[in-house]
Amino acid sequence: MNLLYLFVIIPLLLMGGVAMLRDAKQIKILMAVGASLLLATSFVLLYAYMQAKALAPNEVMYFQSDLLWYPSFNIKLSLGVDGISVLMIILSSIIVFTGVFATWGLKEQVKEFFLWFLMLSTGVYGFFISIDLFSMFLFYEVALIPMYLLIGLWGTGRKEYSAMKLTLMLMGGSAFLLLGILGIYFNSNAEGGPLTMNILEIAKVHIPVEAQNLFFPLTFLGFGVLGALFPFHTWSPDGHASAPTAVSMLHAGVLMKLGGYGCFRVAIYLMPEGADTYTTLFLVLTGISVVYGAFGAIVQKDLKYINAYSSVSHCGLVLFAILMLNRTAMTGAILQMLSHGLMTALFFALIGSIYGRTHTRLINEMGGLMKIMPFLAVCWVIAGLASLGLPGLSGFVSEMTIFVGAFQHADTFHRVLTIVACASIVITAVYILRVIGKILFGPVQDKHHENLTDAFWYEKIASVTLIVFIAFIGIIPFFSSDIINESLTSIIGKL
Amino acid sequence: MDTNIVIALFILIIPVFNFLFLGLLGSKMSEKTAGTIGTVGLGIVALLSYITAYNYFFGYGKVDGVYLPISEGFEWLRFTEHLHIDLGILLDPISIMMLVVVSTVSFMVHLYSIGYMHGEKGFQRYFSFLSLFSFAMLGLVVATNIFQMYIFWELVGVSSYLLIGFYYTKPSAVAASKKAFIVTRFADLGFLVGILLLSYFTKTFDFAQICDTSATGAILSNNVTTTFLGFSVISWAMALIFIGGAGKSAMLPLHIWLPDAMEGPTPVSALIHAATMVVAGVFLVARLFPVYYFFTPTVLQIIGYLGAATSLFAALVACTQTDIKRVLAFSTISQIAYMLVALGVSKYGAEHEAGLGYMASMFHLFTHAFFKSLLFLAAGAIIHAVHSNEMGDMGGLRKYLPITHITFLIACLSIAGIPPFSGFFSKDEILVAAFEHDKILFVCQYLVAGLTAFYMFRLYYSIFWGKETHYHHTPHEAGLNMTIPLLFLAFLTVVTGFIPFADLITTDGKPMEIHTVWEVAIPSVLVGLVGIAIATYMYKKPTLMPDKVSNSLGGFYKATAKKFYFDELYIFVTKKIIFNGISTPIAWFDRHVVDGFMDLQATISNGVSAKIKGLQSGHVQQYVWVFAVSVFIIAGLVIFLPL
Repeated sequence: MNLLYLFVIIPLLLMGGVAMLRDAKQIKILMAVGASLLLATSFVLLYAYMQAKALAPNEVMYFQSDLLWYPSFNIKLSLGVDGISVLMIILSSIIVFTGVFATWGLKEQVKEFFLWFLMLSTGVYGFFISIDLFSMFLFYEVALIPMYLLIGLWGTGRKEYSAMKLTLMLMGGSAFLLLGILGIYFNSNAEGGPLTMNILEIAKVHIPVEAQNLFFPLTFLGFGVLGALFPFHTWSPDGHASAPTAVSMLHAGVLMKLGGYGCFRVAIYLMPEGADTYTTLFLVLTGISVVYGAFGAIVQKDLKYINAYSSVSHCGLVLFAILMLNRTAMTGAILQMLSHGLMTALFFALIGSIYGRTHTRLINEMGGLMKIMPFLAVCWVIAGLASLGLPGLSGFVSEMTIFVGAFQHADTFHRVLTIVACASIVITAVYILRVIGKILFGPVQDKHHENLTDAFWYEKIASVTLIVFIAFIGIIPFFSSDIINESLTSIIGKL
Repeated sequence: MDTNIVIALFILIIPVFNFLFLGLLGSKMSEKTAGTIGTVGLGIVALLSYITAYNYFFGYGKVDGVYLPISEGFEWLRFTEHLHIDLGILLDPISIMMLVVVSTVSFMVHLYSIGYMHGEKGFQRYFSFLSLFSFAMLGLVVATNIFQMYIFWELVGVSSYLLIGFYYTKPSAVAASKKAFIVTRFADLGFLVGILLLSYFTKTFDFAQICDTSATGAILSNNVTTTFLGFSVISWAMALIFIGGAGKSAMLPLHIWLPDAMEGPTPVSALIHAATMVVAGVFLVARLFPVYYFFTPTVLQIIGYLGAATSLFAALVACTQTDIKRVLAFSTISQIAYMLVALGVSKYGAEHEAGLGYMASMFHLFTHAFFKSLLFLAAGAIIHAVHSNEMGDMGGLRKYLPITHITFLIACLSIAGIPPFSGFFSKDEILVAAFEHDKILFVCQYLVAGLTAFYMFRLYYSIFWGKETHYHHTPHEAGLNMTIPLLFLAFLTVVTGFIPFADLITTDGKPMEIHTVWEVAIPSVLVGLVGIAIATYMYKKPTLMPDKVSNSLGGFYKATAKKFYFDELYIFVTKKIIFNGISTPIAWFDRHVVDGFMDLQATISNGVSAKIKGLQSGHVQQYVWVFAVSVFIIAGLVIFLPL
């Protein structure tokens, strides 16, 4: 049996299991086992991928399988992975695994929460293993719907408003996306023959340039909304602020990556000439995202808003790098997705832990937490340092790959934009250190905080796991960088 | 692998291991164990550095009378075909000299800290951070390529941040650490962009290839013609790279973080903010000296003048400060600027003492590291004894702290340029180099030499002489582990001046013959003596003289005491411009315009649907009426429109 099916089957089986159990504790244990199983399977997949790659180095996608779905439209459930999707799957598994532990303390409606959570995970996994536009879109929507309920029911603050806003804006994005996908579909038989949704087959034909110019912006925007592209990023601050911890983690950590991944796998891969036409426009927008998001984060008062704006900035860099259309910058973009996914998940996990204790997320109401909860505080500092790009942690590797790659662009305008994007490293330092200085250092702000406990065992598992992977990418960057680099050959060939 | 490289590799491995070991398991150890592990580790590192230096300078380093660099490394991260970050070790005269400086001072500071930090909460954490810093700084100096240097550059920055903010419950320490990191980060942005620009043309990060003027010469000189705002692209690149150095080395106007960094524990100031990290900028310019000299002489000249301005400015400010650590901080800024002046006036090669400035700069870096860390450690002993940083709380301490007194005096004489102490030799070479190549800079530095002698002895007399202060507890000398480092560094301050630097460290690796220039040396000693004499007259006995002088200077004195308002400028830029001027409007714009637009769509949809829902009234008559009218309109359109 194809290994890839497991990534859909395991979550579905888990859903069945969770639905049958009554006791919250048992559900959590089942989830922990299931998430560990997914994580283990991902590493088996990585190993299998490396074996397969060594045997047949020139394949574009490995472990392909087709399941005819709608014969009349030639729509198939096509699966396949390359190095990039394998890494994305590992990222998803890490976040799901740590997300389960980060929500261990959940008390209300545990069963329902995890059911929706698993559905969200199914969508995410399905998206990354699909190489067919139809199934990609299907899984994309599967991932979006549970979001609404998870935020609306288990969220905090203005949760109904945020849930509605997030869902509507992302749905608006997918409306564009659907148009784009249909556009690609109806142009997928330039040389005659049946229409197809399969990315690999479409990549072989040349979509007419006029069609590319029409459908590229639609597809890019559609995915871009999810990747927090300026000016369609405003769902992110509200959505993240209201979402419960594990959902924030999964959403910022993985779901936002669907945007970047889609932009690069669908929009750029299939319509390189369209990309070429629109790079300037979109580069300016993503460049704005990078700097604007960082500046926006400086003045926020709520930890989640700070992190949300920071995500706008970091995810903007992903799209920015993809649009540079060269191998190094794209490698950097994928690395940035991994890096941002891990560190933002760590941030949200920590915010969840801190909020669970202090019952506030406003930075002015906290102070001196380093003294009260040293473990969580140290993790926060590490996450912050990763975010501001300290060498030895993942952020440095991805950002430097992006900057160096982008700067190799022959056009001066692109290089100037790169310099502007580089400025974000300073602004990031400002808001990260501001938060650290306010909430962790200094005297204890609130007397009631003095007796709070430090991290529980499950919070420690979540944070340490994430930190280990952040440090792994940071210290041994060539491992992931090489996997990505090799997998980019076919897409670079199209440019 | 070459055994010498292996030895150098252990110089890096020991501190990083100590960092992880003490960082992860420190909380389970006693103070004594943690302190011993850290100190012994650095002791071994220092020993290995001396072995490396000895073997290099008196053994394998010299081939046919020229010191050649040797290096080894592996590819860490590949960007493009040509551009990749390597991690490696480069051994050449300046990197070995820096190894000796860093490991010696770091070892002394470790030893001293066992006593100084005794009983502090977070003792183990402190030693772990010290090891991290030592690792980063040692990695920086042996970097084989500019990107590796940038990596370690950032790591020293963050360890400096962690150590300045060591007393994290103290708001001023937190603010200082934040300021230090952000100001240097801003400078590092220049460094990064400079690296990007330079490597775009040279297609390599490797120092050996960049500095090999025969190989890159063609590429660099071709691009010298591409200009932007009157400067060649390469000039811009090198200037931007220098900004990174200026940030770390606290040159105007990026110096603002250094005086505040004194909030950290005093041994940290001695190690990071006096001897090692702050000279990274000088080291950077020295490392890329061939490029600066051959392709961007204008930039090198600017560096020289900026250095002169900074050294004069800092020396003036140092005369007015009352916190002893701040006096030393401004003195450090001034002395580092001195080194940059020396580089700015240097030429290349061994003939006719052309490369004298370069050698003098490195020499001064070397001697300064020891006497300045001595000054800081002695200041630490004083603070330890009287529990205050303010000169006003001190006086007459020579009776209570004899060892500190003598060692402090030695260091003061050295920095004032009095023979036979080491500062005299290195400062004299700088003045000679300036005298021969740029008279304006010479006059400026001559003045600074006098000011230096004055403010150092003002400090000395205020602490050890002056008024007899009554102390609550009788101050007493600290334990052995604090006095031994003082004595050892005092010993180095006396002897390092006699090291024949001109034979060892030169621009091109060839030994250089230097002559004593009496017409520079004698006046330079005289100006130092004049400075000391004035200070003696004003501060040895408590008089009203200082107040009179400061009153007669009026506004100028006030401006100097306020450090020429640079701190106010910093606050203006961060608070008013970045926070209120950019970020707040952006956040507002995002909430009310961008997001407002999204909300507006929702509101409109709501409104429209509220309006049109009336159409679903359930009244059959209304439906029929709408139906009939619609049929007529459509029919009309079909008939009359030419389709």
